[in-house]
Amino acid sequence: MDISSRRYGDVVVAAPTGRIDHANADSLTAALAPLVDGAASGATALLLDFSGVDYISSVGLRVLMMAAKQLRAQARRIGIAAPQPMVREIFEISRFNMILDLSPTVRGGIERLSPDAAKAYDTAERAGAP
Amino acid sequence: MRVRFWGTRGSLPVALTAADVRGKIVAALRGAAGRTLADDDAVERYVDGLPFDVAGTFGGHSSCVEIEPGGSDYVLCDLGSGVRPFGQAVLAKHGGVPQTFHIFISHVHWDHIMGLPFFTPAYIPGNRIFIYGGHAVLEEALRRQQARPSFPVDFAALRATIEFVRLEPGTHYAIAGMDVTLKKQRHAGDSYGYRFASGGKSIVYTTDSEHSLADMKEADGFVEFFRAADLVIFDAMYSLVDAISVKADWGHSSNIVGVELCQRAEVAQLCMFHHEPASSDETLAKVLADTRRFEEITRTGAPLAITSAYDGMEIDL
Repeated sequence: MDISSRRYGDVVVAAPTGRIDHANADSLTAALAPLVDGAASGATALLLDFSGVDYISSVGLRVLMMAAKQLRAQARRIGIAAPQPMVREIFEISRFNMILDLSPTVRGGIERLSPDAAKAYDTAERAGAP
Repeated sequence: MRVRFWGTRGSLPVALTAADVRGKIVAALRGAAGRTLADDDAVERYVDGLPFDVAGTFGGHSSCVEIEPGGSDYVLCDLGSGVRPFGQAVLAKHGGVPQTFHIFISHVHWDHIMGLPFFTPAYIPGNRIFIYGGHAVLEEALRRQQARPSFPVDFAALRATIEFVRLEPGTHYAIAGMDVTLKKQRHAGDSYGYRFASGGKSIVYTTDSEHSLADMKEADGFVEFFRAADLVIFDAMYSLVDAISVKADWGHSSNIVGVELCQRAEVAQLCMFHHEPASSDETLAKVLADTRRFEEITRTGAPLAITSAYDGMEIDL
């Protein structure tokens, strides 16, 4: 699974797409590995932009759980932003919303993780960064 | 085939408290405000229209499920505390006329065997009881729970003819007019799930079973075990997040995994079972509604009916 990512201040925003289930959970784990490795990423927080995710299964949720554990062990934070309505319901019904911070927008998710990163995001948006 | 639930609670029997009952009465009376309940029929109709968690309760007995394949013998899954009222019902129906019981044990943890010392038919000569299971320690565990100082009446006082039968996964057994197979499950000390087939219908009883989300081969094995079953009685004790975090390796599963496995296996009905003792009726009703919604939004094939077991519930297949 290819995940595009951008860095705003001390927050990395990564955007998986499509379905996350048993067929591609391993590739998601591999794609997230450099992002949850603090030494490699250098960022203090990871925000997953879920606007392009159509579905996530229990296996996919487990991948997020493992990533969150790794990040918290490094005193780093994780958040989920802009989930589609169905995916948001899956987070709520599985109670994953109790352990992962969900924000309706990417901007809001960054703000919750780091106000300074939100400023960097605003600057990049004004500059028309992709 | 008919399934009747005598005990549906996991780990430990529970009972409604005075505060719980009061809360239900208050909720019912609030709902009645402004209504004219002039006669008994009106009252009955009003009560029947109340939500289940207000007018009823999921109950508190530990695991005991009766299956009626159509013959005269009785078939049970597990000997939790629910077997006590089952035994009373048998006595009320037949008096002292000897009966034959086939009892399938998922595992020998206490909540699944604790009812035997209170199963009155086991004390009556002439009754025949076959106790089936995959564990070598099955007989020892049942004898030990009635040994002093744990219980005042020794296993030897059970005057029914009791026979223990060891079953092996992968083998088909013809018992009480059914084809019976079993599958080893992930649980401390192992547990066994059972698949019962008769008259073109099939039921899977799978409790105290944790499903590893990291082992797709294991999941595939359960999908095959559940394949096209009319009913899967499934351990949905925890939320998914609890089952794979703070309660990982506790040996239980979740509503989410139950739906996913049953959807893949094209099961007709998933019945959530082995309820968390700390869950109120309101909580269990919310879990049921949430699970139905989850099934709806993730459905890709035929609809999967979702139910939640309660003591006294009957399902006809």
